[in-house]
Parts: sequence; C-alpha cells; structure tokens
Amino acid sequence: MGIEEHIPGGILLGTVEKLVNWTRKQSLWPATFGLACCAIEMMAAGSARYDMARFGMEVFRASPRQADLMIVAGRVSQKMAPVVRQIYDQMPEPKWVLSMGVCASSGGMFNNYAIVQGVDHIVPVDMYLPGCPPRPEMLMDAILKLHDKIMNEPLGERRRRKLEAQGGPDPLVGTIPSSYRYNKAKRRQWEQAVAEGRQEQLRIANWMQEGAHRG
Amino acid sequence: MFESIKGFGVTFSHMFKKVVTEEYPEVRKPTAPRYHGRHILNRHPDGLEKCVGCELCAWACPADAIYVEGADNTEQERYSPGERYAAVYQINYARCIFCGLCIEACPTRSLTMSNEYELASDSRADLIYTKEQLLAPLLPGMEAPPHPMRLGNSEKDYYISGPDNPGASAGAERAPYSTAGRQGGAS
Repeated sequence: MGIEEHIPGGILLGTVEKLVNWTRKQSLWPATFGLACCAIEMMAAGSARYDMARFGMEVFRASPRQADLMIVAGRVSQKMAPVVRQIYDQMPEPKWVLSMGVCASSGGMFNNYAIVQGVDHIVPVDMYLPGCPPRPEMLMDAILKLHDKIMNEPLGERRRRKLEAQGGPDPLVGTIPSSYRYNKAKRRQWEQAVAEGRQEQLRIANWMQEGAHRG
Repeated sequence: MFESIKGFGVTFSHMFKKVVTEEYPEVRKPTAPRYHGRHILNRHPDGLEKCVGCELCAWACPADAIYVEGADNTEQERYSPGERYAAVYQINYARCIFCGLCIEACPTRSLTMSNEYELASDSRADLIYTKEQLLAPLLPGMEAPPHPMRLGNSEKDYYISGPDNPGASAGAERAPYSTAGRQGGAS
C-alpha cells in the first residue's frame, strides 16, 4: 500500500510487519467527510461520551493530506461523486475507506437517479457500516473491525503472496463484533459458534439472556 | 491576568469530576429497550416458524430491503402452521434503515427487532442476511422444523395462544409497554 511495496522482497520480517501495522492502526486519522445526518453521529463518536481519542483518532482532519481513513458519512449525490474521488486521491498511502450508513453503502432508501448507489462505485471501500444513521457505538465497532483488518494486513508483495498461499487471512479477522472481541469469554463463545456456523443465533440467544430489553 | 488563571481553573476542576466516557468495546451499555436493532424471525413454542410468507414486510419496506419467497406447506414437510411459509427470506442490511415498518406490518408477530447493532462488515454480500441467520435459536422444548403441528389441530390454535407464548420475541411482548404481554402472564 505504501512505500513498502517498492522495497525489494526479502528485506522485511514478520515482526516489522506487526510493528508497522500496529503504528498504522493506533494513529488512524480520519478525514471528515460528513455529507448528511451520519456526520452528526460521527461527531458524537468524537465527543466526550464516546471519545474516539481512546483509539488514537481524535483529530478529524479537514485536510486530506494528513488523513489515513476516509469516513464517507452520508448519501453521495452524483454531483458530489467527483469530489469524493478527489479527496480520496489526495490522501497519502496507506489509506482506508469506511462507508458509514446505508446511503453510502448501497444508496439505502434513496434508490433514485440523484444518489450514487454505493460509494464503492467511486472508491474502494474497506468496511461497510449499515444503520440509518448508525449509532456512535456502531461506528466504533466498524473502526475496531477495520483496526483488526489493518493489524493482519500483509506488508509488501512477498508477504501478500505468502498469505494467499496459506489460503487468505483468518476468517475471524474483521468479522467478530467488537464487544465479543474484547471479552475473552464471549470471544471463545463466538469462535465456537463460527465453527458450528451459528454466530447469529448466539447473538440473539445472548441478547435474550441479558434481558436488557425487558425493561 | 487573574481571569486567564480562572479559565484554567475551570479546566482543572474537571480532573475531579466523574468521567462521562463509555468504555464501549469492553463494556457495552444496554440500549433503550425498544431500540431498533437487527431483526429476528420468531418461532412458535414447538419450534415451527411464525412467518407465513405473506410478504407484507417486503411491501411495507420503504428501502426495498426485504425479499421473501413463499412456498406451500405440505403434510410431510411443515415449516409453519397454516398453508404457507417463507422458503426464502432475506434482509439486506446495506439497505435497511431500521424504521420498523416491517414489524408493524407483520400479521403474525413473526418479525421483531432485537437490540443488536454490531453489523459492520467488509463485504456487501455478507450484509444480506438469510433466513438461517435471522431465525431465532431453538429454545428448550423447541424442535427444528419441518415437523407436524404439535400445539393444536389447526393454525388457529397457534394464533389464539399467540400473545401467551411470544417465543423469541418475549422481550418486546413482555416489556411493561405491552398490555397484551402483561395480561397474558407468560412471564
């Protein structure tokens, strides 16, 4: 993605890869790209109650040259599309895109001629976040899943080929819900459920047991 | 001079105030009880599906996020009480806006919403939830369909006792906001 692509193979080691990925994920600066109501939730995620600074991303850069992550928050109209692309092109490598909300992910309820039906028509998207608008926890969940993906990204062409030879990344990477990933007992439950193919049932069963909705 | 120090004093006094930040990934605060999260397809107490494949949810959906394909139950292969069941049921979470109109439209209270919201995914295909993913887990005493009707001779017996045995939608039915759930006394 970045400079490491141009280094001849065989120089970098796996440990360096971990270190580089860790530094990248721990200071992921988002570019503000608020286009609609999702941007309000994005601002809330940066505020004191949710405080994204805990993950090293307190500065929402208004300048694309200083940003690593573009959070496309809101519906992208046909007129805005070239602007989105330009902002993306101006960001330095490595860069990631998070499509926040259903409008950015697929057009959502605006299935009409004015709205781009998914921002992935314009820029490559690394994480889709449904919700209309998604609550700040959902945004943080998406960002933490993206962190997980960044942590497991191969560094350079050689490592990528090696990973592909092994059959691609672990299917758990970037798919565990964050509240399960950060809780050891629940994480074990999830891993077992993945083996049995009933993750969604586990989620519903746990929700019913927690019983917070009763009251 | 004193004014500027006073200003810092306001900032400094926050050192002794209670922190408002939520520790989200480690501690997940419960949402409001009626928060619109991902859907659940409920079951009758014997495990048969409540969904009858009427497609009213798909008609009500303003974002066209729901796709239903109904099929006929037979005596040998029965998935729901009554004539029809949903052979294919998909909700596209890349379109769903969690408005809850599908819940209001559902005549059998088959489709309800949970409070689960951690749905982000890196592929659009994974955001289309199939029937297997949406169906509620089998609770104790439930049997995986297809199987014959265990709770009565016709679908009417199922529907009449519906409010008393809400199945997986227990939360929504039994919450203090629902009079039917309270009178049913199925707690």
